[in-house]
Amino acid sequence: MADDQQLSRSAVTQSMNRRAFLHIAGLATGAAMLGSVRPVAAGQAPAQLQGTRLTYLQWVNFVPAHDAALKKQIAGFEKQTGAKVAFETINMNDIQARTTVAIESKAGPDIIQLAHNWPHLYEAGLEPVDELAEELGRKGEGYYDLPKSHSFVNGRWRAVPHSIVSPASTYRIDWFKEVGYEKFPDTWEGYREVGKKLKANGHPIGQALGHSLGDPPIFCYAVLWAFGAKEVETDGKTVALDSQETLDALDFAVGFWKDACDEGGLAWDDANNNRAYLAEQISCTFNGASIWVEAKRNFPHLVPLTNHAYFPAGPHGRYHPHATWENAIMGYSKNKEAAKEFIKYLMEYNNYVEWLKAGQGYSTSPTKVFAKDPMWGELDPQVEPFKDSVKYGRHFGYAGPASRKAAEAWSKYIIVDMFAKAVQGTPPKEAIKWASGELKQVYGA
Amino acid sequence: MMTSDVALPKEKVYRPAKWRLFLERDSSMGYAMVAPAGLILILFIAYPFILGIRMSLSHWLVGQEPVFVGLQNFIRNADSTIFTRTVQNTFIYTAAATVLKLGFGMALALVLNNTFRGKGLVRAAFLLPWIIPTVLSTLAWLWMFDATFSVLNWFLRYLGLVQRGISWLGDPVLAMISIIVVNAWRGIPFFAISLLAGLQTISQELYEAAAIDGANAVQRFRYITLPMVKPVLLVVLLFSIIWTFADFQLVYVLTRGGPANSTHLFATLAYQVGVVSGSLGEGAAISLTMFPILVVIVVILLMYLRKE
Repeated sequence: MADDQQLSRSAVTQSMNRRAFLHIAGLATGAAMLGSVRPVAAGQAPAQLQGTRLTYLQWVNFVPAHDAALKKQIAGFEKQTGAKVAFETINMNDIQARTTVAIESKAGPDIIQLAHNWPHLYEAGLEPVDELAEELGRKGEGYYDLPKSHSFVNGRWRAVPHSIVSPASTYRIDWFKEVGYEKFPDTWEGYREVGKKLKANGHPIGQALGHSLGDPPIFCYAVLWAFGAKEVETDGKTVALDSQETLDALDFAVGFWKDACDEGGLAWDDANNNRAYLAEQISCTFNGASIWVEAKRNFPHLVPLTNHAYFPAGPHGRYHPHATWENAIMGYSKNKEAAKEFIKYLMEYNNYVEWLKAGQGYSTSPTKVFAKDPMWGELDPQVEPFKDSVKYGRHFGYAGPASRKAAEAWSKYIIVDMFAKAVQGTPPKEAIKWASGELKQVYGA
Repeated sequence: MMTSDVALPKEKVYRPAKWRLFLERDSSMGYAMVAPAGLILILFIAYPFILGIRMSLSHWLVGQEPVFVGLQNFIRNADSTIFTRTVQNTFIYTAAATVLKLGFGMALALVLNNTFRGKGLVRAAFLLPWIIPTVLSTLAWLWMFDATFSVLNWFLRYLGLVQRGISWLGDPVLAMISIIVVNAWRGIPFFAISLLAGLQTISQELYEAAAIDGANAVQRFRYITLPMVKPVLLVVLLFSIIWTFADFQLVYVLTRGGPANSTHLFATLAYQVGVVSGSLGEGAAISLTMFPILVVIVVILLMYLRKE
C-alpha cells in the first residue's frame, strides 16, 4: 500500500512536472508570440508588421507644419516596424463623402481621420477600439468630455480621439483701437457694437456661413447656446428649437450680420476668412490659430497687429463647439492590428508633443496630460486663448447626448441654414419653424 | 461485266462547327455583336439603377442593413421645404440655362458659318469652355465670384459702380444667376458647333432662291435656316436638357447648394443627404425623383422629333 502510494505520488509528481513544464513552455511561447504583436516597451516594434501596408486618410491641415510633423511620425513608424503607410490628404469637406463610399464599398483607407461627432454617424462601419482608446486615455490622465462624447458611441469607442482645434477670435488690435476698443469685448452685444463701428470704418467682421464643417457651425451653435437655446431636450428626442431663446439668438444674429459683418460670408467656407483676414479685408474672425501661424510664416507685418480672445459670452454663458479630430479604423480593414499600432505610435507622448509643437497652438490634445507639457509655455503669449478654451466646449446636439441624430442634424447644416436664412431676410420665426421641422424629421419626433 | 468492290475514298464533307453556324446566322451575329455593349449597360446602368430603386425604398443608413420602408422616403422628401425648393431650382436652372445656350449658341453658329480670316482659330477658341474640364473652369469662376478677391468686383469698384464688392454667391438670387451664367458659358460652344454642322448642310441655292424672291435676312432664317436645322436643334436640346437637369459638378464647386440651400439641384441635394449625411435611402429617393420628370421631357422631345 505504502509502495503503491509512493508510486502513485511519484506518478503524480511526474505528471505535475510534465504539466508544469508544458504550462511554462506554453506561456513562454505565448509570451514570445505576444511579444511579436505588441511592443514590449514603448518604441519597440512588433515584428509581424513588417511588410504591412496601411493607408491613412486625413484632411489637408490648415497648418502645413502639422502635416510635415505627421509625415515625420509616419517615417518613424515605418522605420521602426517595417510597415508602409500611404498617407493621403484631401479637403476636409470631402472626407464625409469618402467615408460613406469607403464603408459602403468596403474598400478604401484603413484609417480615416473623422471630425466632430462623425463616429456616431458611421458607427456601423467602424471597428471598435475600446482597449486602445481606454489605454491611451489612462496614459493621458483621462479624456476631456468633448472629444470623448464624439468618439464614444453607444457604450463603445468607435474612434480614438486625436486632437482638438479650439476656436477663438482673431482680431486686429490697431483697427479695434481706431474705434476706441483697447480690449476685445466680453459679450456678444459688445461684439456687435464694436463690429458696427469697425464696419462703418471699412473693416467689417468676417464670418463664414456657408456649408463648411468648421467655422459656420461653430459660430451658429455658439450664438444659439449663449442665448440659452438648444436643438433638442436632454432626452435626445424632443426637438426644443422653437423657443424664445432661439428667437433671441436669431434676432441678435440678424442685427449683428447687418451691422458688423462682411455679407459675402454667406458663401464662405473655412478657408475664406483666413484669406480675407490675411488680405486685410476683415478686422476680426472666429478661427483656429491657423491665421496666426500663417501670418508668422508669410505675413510678418500682421503679427504685431493681431491678437486673440475667447468667444464672447451671452446672457446664458459662454459655450461653443470645437473641431475635434479622431482616428477611426474602418471595419473592412484587413490591417486592424497594424492600424492600432500606428495610432498608438502617433499618440506616444514624445511623438505627439512634437506634432503639437508644430501646430504652435493650433491644436490641443484630447487627453489632459499634454496640457501640462512645458511646450505650452514656449508658445507665443498671443495664442493663450486657444490653450484652454476647451473648457467652454459643448457637443453638437446639446442638451441631448451626442448621438447619430445630432450628427445627422449637423451634417445637414440645419442650424447653420437657419441662421443663414434669417440673415438673408427670412423672418426669424419662419426660419425657426423651418429648422424645427427639419430637426423633427431627423430626430423622428 | 465484272464489277469490283474497290472502295473509293469517301469525299470529305465539310461540316462547320456549331458555333460557326450560330454566328453565320445574321440574327445570332447581331446579338453577339451587341452583347458586350449590353453587358456594359447591364453592369453600369441597369444594375446601379435597380440598386438605386432598392435604396430609395429602404431606410438605408451608411454601414447599416437596409430596411424596406416603401415610399416613405419619397413622402418625407415631398414634405421637406429644401426638396421643394430644389425641384423649383432645377426647373429654373435648366430652363434659363437652356434658353441662354440656345440663343447664344445659334447666334454664334450663324456668325461662325460665315467666311472670314482666322475662322478656324476662332472656332477652336470658342470650343475652349466646352473642352476644359468642368471642375477646372468652374474653379476659375469661383475665384471670379469670390466676395473678397473677385476680379468682377474689382472692375466694378474701379469703374466706381459699387462701393463694396457684390456677394455673387452669398445672395440667393445672385447665386442662382451666377450658376446659370456659368452653365450657359460652358454649354454655348456645344450648341454652336452642333448647330454649325447643321447649318453647313443647308444648300446655298435655297438662300439664293429666297433672296431672288425678296426674302430678307429674318425671313430667310425663319423659313429656311430654322426648319433645316430643326432636327439637329432638337437632338442638341434633348442632350442639353438631360445634362443640365442632372448637373452636379458646377453647382457643387460654386455654391455647394448654398447659401442656405437656395441653389441645390437634384444631384447636389442627393449628394448632400445621401453621401455626406449618410442617409443613403433618402438620397437615392431624391435622385430618383429626377427620373420620371426626365422621361416625360425626353418622350415629348423624341415624339416631336419623330413628327418632324
